[in-house]
Amino acid sequence: METTAGKIAASEAPLFYETGEGHEAHPASPTLLGFWIYLMSDALLFASIFATFGVLGTSYAGGPTPRDIFDLPLVALNTAILLVSSVTYGFSMLAMERGEIRTVQAWLAVTALLGLSFVGVELYEFSHLIAEGATPQRSGFLSAFFTLVGTHGAHVTFGIIWIGVMLVQVQKRGLIAENRRRLLCLSMFWHFLDVVWIGVFTYVYLLGMLR
Amino acid sequence: MSAERRDMDAPLAIEGHGSRKSYLVGFLLSVVLTAIPFWLVMSNVLENPGATSALVILFAVLQILVHTFCFLHVNTQAEGGWTMLAYIFTAVILLITIAGSLWIMYHLNSNMMPGMMPGQMAETP
Repeated sequence: METTAGKIAASEAPLFYETGEGHEAHPASPTLLGFWIYLMSDALLFASIFATFGVLGTSYAGGPTPRDIFDLPLVALNTAILLVSSVTYGFSMLAMERGEIRTVQAWLAVTALLGLSFVGVELYEFSHLIAEGATPQRSGFLSAFFTLVGTHGAHVTFGIIWIGVMLVQVQKRGLIAENRRRLLCLSMFWHFLDVVWIGVFTYVYLLGMLR
Repeated sequence: MSAERRDMDAPLAIEGHGSRKSYLVGFLLSVVLTAIPFWLVMSNVLENPGATSALVILFAVLQILVHTFCFLHVNTQAEGGWTMLAYIFTAVILLITIAGSLWIMYHLNSNMMPGMMPGQMAETP
């Protein structure tokens, strides 16, 4: 009797957690949402490094200032490279939705090459700065600069390694559900890095030149 | 196993990770929103650095929004709105971290540096 009463009560009880959208209210994919939340935690890591740069960014200790060492045309080139790579990754995702394995791989390879040239230009910039004596240990400004820009560059490097892994995965197994899920996570990662770069080129380079 | 597969496929089908149009629109907007601040700073269009800074920051915020909607596809529909909720929460924490750090450190610099206290002024050589 008690169980019947319990059942009736349960069925008649108002369901406050139902939002009227039925099951659509649930996250569509736990992996994609979980990866998104990881990215948001990564954004907080970047926020603390941005804050560090904001605090230390004017501590030159008699060393070089942004105007002395930054090369804006080079930064503009790097920005363009990263922006184009975001779109080429997008084209890869569109090809994935159509199920064209070769096109997916081609656009992934183009994205990886663009990512490599981005890291290459950044390493060239770093080597130039270090050759001129603008090393991370020279001043608080340079420590914060190398930490912030280097952390972003490290993320891009790991993204390139991940693209390489996915090229092998897609070659071996095709566009199975697991690979599509992984490619979508990598897509979020890559676009997210582009968003962080907007903060870097604005906050570090453009506003640095205006100081 | 088959049920699991279907679960995996379903979200990918309804996810809708953008169209060619959304990527191209996002790309064109980004090019414009990147070119203008670089041009403002590199050719020193405005004499006033404060006004230039404000414009550069405005363009960055606009471009981050363009990327969020056109490339990352954050909207009220995706993942039942949870990505958007996490995004807004992160943005708030991010603003507090950066603006709060700058505010505190600025005041520490201006109020606590040796020799800056009113009583110490006379003592400093």
